Amino acid sequence: MSIPLNYYIVLSMILFSLGIAGVTTRRNPILIFMSIELMLNAVNLSLIAFGRYLGDAGGQMLTIFVMAVAAAEVSVGLGILIAIFRTKDNVDVDVLNGLKG
Amino acid sequence: MTLQAILSGQGLMFLFFAVAAIASGLLVVILQNPLRAALSLVINLFSVAGLYLSLNAYFLATVQVIVYAGAIMVLFLFVIMLLNMGQANLNTSYRGVRTVIAFSSAIGFGGLMSAVALKGLPDVMLPADAMVTGSSAGSVEGIGKVLYNPNLPWLFAFEWTSFLLLVAVIGAVVLAGKRQQPTEDKA
Repeated sequence: MSIPLNYYIVLSMILFSLGIAGVTTRRNPILIFMSIELMLNAVNLSLIAFGRYLGDAGGQMLTIFVMAVAAAEVSVGLGILIAIFRTKDNVDVDVLNGLKG
Repeated sequence: MTLQAILSGQGLMFLFFAVAAIASGLLVVILQNPLRAALSLVINLFSVAGLYLSLNAYFLATVQVIVYAGAIMVLFLFVIMLLNMGQANLNTSYRGVRTVIAFSSAIGFGGLMSAVALKGLPDVMLPADAMVTGSSAGSVEGIGKVLYNPNLPWLFAFEWTSFLLLVAVIGAVVLAGKRQQPTEDKA
């Protein structure tokens, strides 16, 4: 008797929704980054669960690449953050409107 | 899932790590202090690593702990402390209406998708042969045999990942490195 695949998918969706809530409500870019990590982890979990239940190694392979891309993204993103903080002295994303986006 | 399955070792493991992952994920979203949110994220990453173990992804569970909970979170904490965001010196918290909209949309998204998953999807169980043969698929040997197989597409992507990481390293150094002031003669 094992756990059905649906439970992993639902858990992954809950974690992903939490990440969405964090990205949309947080104004601190570091906390937005953390919420993005939460979402990436949720996707990784569903990938591994699908791979396990389909008997396919592709899920774990994709997870490896997601992890590598996440590491690269965090290092570049935090570098940008430090560069912004050096000139602006404030990293609230509502204040950072220099690009008029 | 029947009560018997919940009370089995695997079910208890899933339940424990799922509850821990959701609770710590919630704390990441609601805690005001970035330092505490980061530590909650560490708990979340460990819980997800435990779930990887329950899916027989041993190698990825290890990588999750080493790379995510180790390297990436140290980077996060380092930047939080470097920018001195430990105190709530930013007006980072919630702004009324937007909070309501964001949370209701996220809860609606989660509820809708959960309903689809619970009612629309067939109840997929683990295939019987995966119990026997699937146990080595998540080990270092099993991962390596697939990842470095030249007949599969993963090897090409793996090589380019090294290039991506090189670009990321150079980008991080250029962005966060010390600026050379043109007016100064000595750095």
